[in-house]
Amino acid sequence: MSADMNAAVDPVEVNLATRLGSLALHGPVLTASGCAASGKELSQFFDLRLLGAVVTKSIMVQPRSGRPTPRMAETPSGMLNSIGLQGPGIEAFIAKDLAWLVEHGVRSIVSIAGTNTSDYARLARRLSSEPGVAALEVNISCPNVESRGEVFACDPRAAAAVVAAVRAETARDIPVIVKLSPDVTDIVEIAGRVIEAGADGLALINTLLGMVIDTTTLRPALAGITGGLSGPAIRPVAVRAVYQVHAAFPDTPILGMGGIRTGEDALQFIAAGASAVSVGTAIFNDASAPARVHRELREALAARGYRSLAEVVGIAHVTSVGRDDALAAPVPPAQEVVVTAAPAAVDDSDIGALIDEVRAAPEVPANDSETTREVHL
Amino acid sequence: MAVQVDGEVVAMRRVGAYHHMSFTAPGIPEQTRPGHFVALSVGGPTSSTLLRRAFSVHRVNERGLYGGTVDIIFAAHGVGTTWMASLERGAALNIVGPLGKPFALPREPVGCVLVGGGYGAAPLAMLAEQLRARGCRVDIILGAATVDRLFGVLDARRSASSVTVTTDDGSSGIAGRVTDVLPNLLERTGADVVYACGPMGMLSAISAVCEPLGVHTQCAVEESMACGVGVCMTCVLPVIGDDGVTRMLRSCVDGPVFRGERVRWSDVGTMPPDVLGAPQAVTP
Ligand SMILES: Cc1cc2nc3c(=O)[nH]c(=O)nc-3n(C[C@H](O)[C@H](O)[C@H](O)COP(=O)(O)OP(=O)(O)OC[C@H]3O[C@@H](n4cnc5c(N)ncnc54)[C@H](O)[C@@H]3O)c2cc1C
Ligand SMILES: Cc1cc2nc3c(=O)[nH]c(=O)nc-3n(C[C@H](O)[C@H](O)[C@H](O)COP(=O)(O)O)c2cc1C
Ligand code: FES
Repeated sequence: MSADMNAAVDPVEVNLATRLGSLALHGPVLTASGCAASGKELSQFFDLRLLGAVVTKSIMVQPRSGRPTPRMAETPSGMLNSIGLQGPGIEAFIAKDLAWLVEHGVRSIVSIAGTNTSDYARLARRLSSEPGVAALEVNISCPNVESRGEVFACDPRAAAAVVAAVRAETARDIPVIVKLSPDVTDIVEIAGRVIEAGADGLALINTLLGMVIDTTTLRPALAGITGGLSGPAIRPVAVRAVYQVHAAFPDTPILGMGGIRTGEDALQFIAAGASAVSVGTAIFNDASAPARVHRELREALAARGYRSLAEVVGIAHVTSVGRDDALAAPVPPAQEVVVTAAPAAVDDSDIGALIDEVRAAPEVPANDSETTREVHL
Repeated sequence: MAVQVDGEVVAMRRVGAYHHMSFTAPGIPEQTRPGHFVALSVGGPTSSTLLRRAFSVHRVNERGLYGGTVDIIFAAHGVGTTWMASLERGAALNIVGPLGKPFALPREPVGCVLVGGGYGAAPLAMLAEQLRARGCRVDIILGAATVDRLFGVLDARRSASSVTVTTDDGSSGIAGRVTDVLPNLLERTGADVVYACGPMGMLSAISAVCEPLGVHTQCAVEESMACGVGVCMTCVLPVIGDDGVTRMLRSCVDGPVFRGERVRWSDVGTMPPDVLGAPQAVTP
C-alpha cells in the first residue's frame, strides 16, 4: 500500500468507502449545508446517489424568512452570505424535501438549527422517527436567544448543552455530527467539549464572520451588515482546523469542508484527518462540483498509488510525528515508532518503508510538539 | 431541464453601450423560451471570481453555422462583465441554462404591450415573434437613460405594430420614462397583457400603472444571484402566493418572471413582518 506509493493504480480500483462513526458511506464527498438546498435542484446536473450523502440546508422548527437582501457579496476566491437560515420549517421539510430525497434513493444528512436548546432537542426527536435520516448535522453557529444572542459554537457550555440534548433525543443508530465555527480562540477546546457531550463526529468548518463595505454607498454591502465568508479563500483555515482537531481527537470522525473546489483540495482535508468532505460554495461555480470532486479525488488517490481512501485519512500527521495512521494507538515520539510501534496491522514489507519514512522525516517543527502533546490528553 | 455545457464565443460586437455576444451552447437553444436566462462562469477555469453571472437570452439559433448558439446583450459593469467584454471569437465559456421560469404566453390572441428598459429589451425580440405567431397584436415601448443604452429598436420595428421610444434625457424619442407613455398606449390598443423587463424601479412603476386597470403583467426581475439554480437563497424577494401569504421566493427558479401584482415592490430589500417566517417584533 503506502509501500507502492509511487506506482499509480487504476482509479476504478480505489476504494472510496468511508465512515462517519456508525454511518458507512460509499463515497467520501457530500454537499455542504446551505449550498445544495435539499438536493433536488442539483439532480438535473448529476446523479446525487454518487455522493456519500446530501447534507440539507439547516432546518428550524418553524418556517423562517431569513434576512433581507442583499444577502450576498462576492469576495476574492469566495463570498459572504447572510441568508439567515431561510427555510420552510421542519414539518414542511419532512413532507416535501426529505420525502423527495427518500423517494430518489439519496442518502440524507439533515442539518438542524435552533435558537435555544429545546428547539434542537425537538428537531432531533422529530427527525429520529423519520425514515431516511442517515445522520444529523448540528449547526451550532446560531445565536442563542437565551444568552443574549451569543453563538452556541463560541460558548463551550452552551454548545455542550445542545449536543447533550440532541444526543439524548436522537435514535441510537443515527450519528450526531456537530458542526463547529472557526471563529473561536481554540477550536480544539470546543471540539473536546462537544465530544464529551456525546458528539459522534465533527463537521469542520462553518463560515468565518466577515464584512464588505460597498464603496459606492460607503455602507455595508449586506443588509445583514456582516456575513459568513466561504469558498477557497477560507481553505487554509479549514485545513488547519481539521488538522488540529484530528491531532487531538484521532478517534472522532471529521467531515471536512471549507473551500473545496477540486479533488486535490479534498485530498488535503483527508490527509489532515477528515474521513469525508463537503463541497459548498464551489457548487455555485460548478453545479456538478461534488461529482467532479468525487472523480478527481479517486484519480488523485490512484495517481499516488493508494487503493483506499482509508489509508490516507490523517496521513499528514505521519511525517511530523512518525506514525502510520492505520495505528489507532496514541502517537509516541517520532524515533520510537521504529522500535516499539511496528504494528500488527502493518505487514513486513511495510516496516522497511516505515523505517525509511521515519529516517527521511524532517525534524518535528516546534509547533507540532504541541499537537503531539494533545494526542496524549 | 437546465444543462451545464462548454461553449465558444462565435461573435462579439458592440451595440451602443452594450456588447452583443453569440456563443455555442449545445443543448440550450432548443429548450430556451423567451424570459429564460443563462448563467456564465467568468474569468476562466481557475478564476478567483467564483459566482456565475446571469443574462437574459436575447436570441437562440438551434441550427446555426456553428451548431446551436445563444445570444446575449450585456453591459460591461464589474469584473465579470468586463472580462466577458474582453473575450474574442473562439474563447471558451461555461454556460448553465436555460434557467428560470419564462414569460407565460396567452392562449388567446390578445393585445400585448412589451416594455424594455435598457438591456432589459434583450429578451423581447424573441417574445414578440412568438406572440405574433400566436396572432397577438404586439406594441413595444423601449426606454433608457440615454440613446446609447437603448437596445433593440430596429428589431422591434420589424415585429411590432408600434414602437415608442423614451429616454430620460430626450436624446432619442420622447423625453421621459416608459410609464409616461404606457397608460396612453394601453388605452389606445386595449391590450390585456404587459410584458416587462428592466430595472426594478421600472417594473414597480409598470405594475402600479397596470394593476388598477386590470391589465395582467409579466415582469422579469433582476436580483443579485450567487448560484442561479436555486440552491443558495440569495436572490429572494417578497411575493404574494395564491393563498394570500407572502413568501421570500427565489427569483432564479420561481422567477425571474413574476406577475407584477404579486411582487411587493416597495418591500424588496426589507423583511416585512407579515412575510412567512419573518422575525416578529418582541412585545415589551
Ligand atoms: C435574470 C437576470 C438576467 C439578467 N440579464 C442581463 C442582461 O441581459 N444583460 C446584462 O447586462 N445584465 C443582465 N443581468 C445583470 C447581470 O447579471 C449583472 O450585470 C452581472 O452579474 C454583473 O456582473 P459583474 O461581474 O460585472 O459585476 P460584479 O458587481 O462584480 O458582480 C458581483 C456579483 O454580484 C452579482 N451581481 C452584480 N450585479 C448584479 C445584477 N444587476 N443582477 C444580478 N446579479 C448581479 C454577480 O452575479 C456576481 O455574483 C441579469 C441579471 C439577472 C438576475
Ligand atoms: C449560501 C450559503 C449558505 C449556507 N448555509 C448554511 C446552513 O444553513 N447551515 C450550515 O451549517 N452551514 C451553512 N453554510 C456553510 C457551509 O455549509 C460551509 O460550512 C461553508 O460554506 C464552508 O464551505 P465552502 O467554502 O465549501 O462553502 C452556508 C454557506 C453558504 C455559502
Ligand atoms: S441565485 Fe441561488 S437560489 Fe437563486
